[in-house]
Amino acid sequence: MAMSRDEALHVARLARLALTDEEVERITGELGAILDAVGIVGELDLDEVPPTSHPLDLVNVWDDDEPRTSLDLDDAFANTSARDGDHFRVPPTA
Amino acid sequence: MGAVVDTLRLTAEAALGLVERGEISPAELHAAYLDAIGTRDDELHAFLRTTEPGEGSSIPIALKDVISTKGVETTAGSKILSGYVPVFDATVAARCKAAGLTLLGKTNTDEFAMGSSTENSAWGPSRNPWDPTRVPGGSGGGSAAAVSAGLAPWALGSDTGGSIKQPSALCGNVGLRPTYGSVSRYGIVAFASSLDQIGPVAKTVRDTALLYSIIAGRDPHDSTTAELPEPVRVPEGDSLAGVRIGVPVELNEAEGIEPGVKEVVVRAIALAEELGAEVEECSLPRSVRYGLPCYYLIAPAEASSNLARYDGVRYGPRSEGASYRDMVEHTRDDGFGDEPKRRIMLGTYALSAGYYDAFYGQAQKVRTLIIREHREALERFDVLVSPTSPTVAFPLGERVADPLAMYAADLLTIPSCLAGLPGLSIPAGLSEGLPVGLQLIGPQFGENRLFHVGHVLEQAIGFDTVPERMR
Repeated sequence: MAMSRDEALHVARLARLALTDEEVERITGELGAILDAVGIVGELDLDEVPPTSHPLDLVNVWDDDEPRTSLDLDDAFANTSARDGDHFRVPPTA
Repeated sequence: MGAVVDTLRLTAEAALGLVERGEISPAELHAAYLDAIGTRDDELHAFLRTTEPGEGSSIPIALKDVISTKGVETTAGSKILSGYVPVFDATVAARCKAAGLTLLGKTNTDEFAMGSSTENSAWGPSRNPWDPTRVPGGSGGGSAAAVSAGLAPWALGSDTGGSIKQPSALCGNVGLRPTYGSVSRYGIVAFASSLDQIGPVAKTVRDTALLYSIIAGRDPHDSTTAELPEPVRVPEGDSLAGVRIGVPVELNEAEGIEPGVKEVVVRAIALAEELGAEVEECSLPRSVRYGLPCYYLIAPAEASSNLARYDGVRYGPRSEGASYRDMVEHTRDDGFGDEPKRRIMLGTYALSAGYYDAFYGQAQKVRTLIIREHREALERFDVLVSPTSPTVAFPLGERVADPLAMYAADLLTIPSCLAGLPGLSIPAGLSEGLPVGLQLIGPQFGENRLFHVGHVLEQAIGFDTVPERMR
């Protein structure tokens, strides 16, 4: 199942990846081959089969509603290079 | 004192005995392992960094670099986390600390645990202690190589589709992928959340059970964890009387299983019968043909979502960009290696409008089928057996250019991972001078059963876990 260059660029944009031209070309080819291999799941007729999102039978895990301390501000900023007061500084979003 | 420890042969249980009897101090034992690392790890590159003993009262442990360790850099093998120093411990790291274990260091992994050889690590591959021209397996090749070469008495790995079991098999160790939900994922660098599990790598099944007893059990920080239905039993005994062993045809005769691997596994199964087990063929008709494709839709889909957090804002290196979007896109392109990019692209595609039902939705239904097939088989049998890996350790470089060939390394470990079941790999013999792993699969929370069968077989096989060239 071939993937077109435009499709790859669209997916890269959804995934927030600024791929280089060389990467787009290589990954487009690789994904085509991988999609061929994984696409065989379509051979099975599974209309009556429910999907599984999680392998354990756990429903509604409840905890007592008790206040707890959360991450200290200095800890929360410990790994950024762009602390600005109590904010993370980023380039303009517009 | 301290100089007489042969870390190559020392099991964790024996090391615990030395410390408990006061024959060596925790700091001396830790130093002995650091010495071994200093001597042998230039060649193997099992560790990304080592650490001093701290205040532990017991023996050391090595942790895979996807496990957050407070104050110790944790990169998950990725440039995008270089310099990241966690401000809290993962629950498993905290439980090891609470048990008195000292942290020896962080072990190498494929980037974000995506791979089967450690060749996807941004920091360079690890090498197999049995033959350094070959891979140690992956993604937890660092932990497996460390235990095999006596650089750590035991270690923790993480397993999404085989990243504990497969490297343990390739390096001649014991590795347990626990039941999904039995070990906390809190503080683990996430890859695919419905599949990721943390588990032990060790020299013996008893060590594996001991370490599992330290880390397992419900954690309020991880709502997908459950209480264990029974306490962990460190196995004893030498009989398999009454144990029903199923041999799934599809897992044992899959295309790509090397004849030498098959031979070792057939011999181990015959031995199990001599030890009293009832052995019978069975079938998992669709789990092997559709397991790998199902996994390579579900895991990348979850990864594409989990890896969205790496945006250069709160941690990790940041690339320049005129706008926020530009900065994020360049940070991600510069920071992620080829394999995470491939999987993010694949997962984003499988989840995108127009393709969701055909790919991700269909894969989730296939997962249901795989769960049902395993459940039916495990109603008739106590454990299922197969090779862990279709091949012995392959040469470095052999599969890096062919993602599908690399993915096939996990053909036999993936189906039971999708089903959320525990799997134990034990060394069963050699083929071409390299270790072959036997995979034992049990029902949910059936770890004690796996430990029993694994221990009895391990004693009867008598495999020497020390690599031949190091003896």
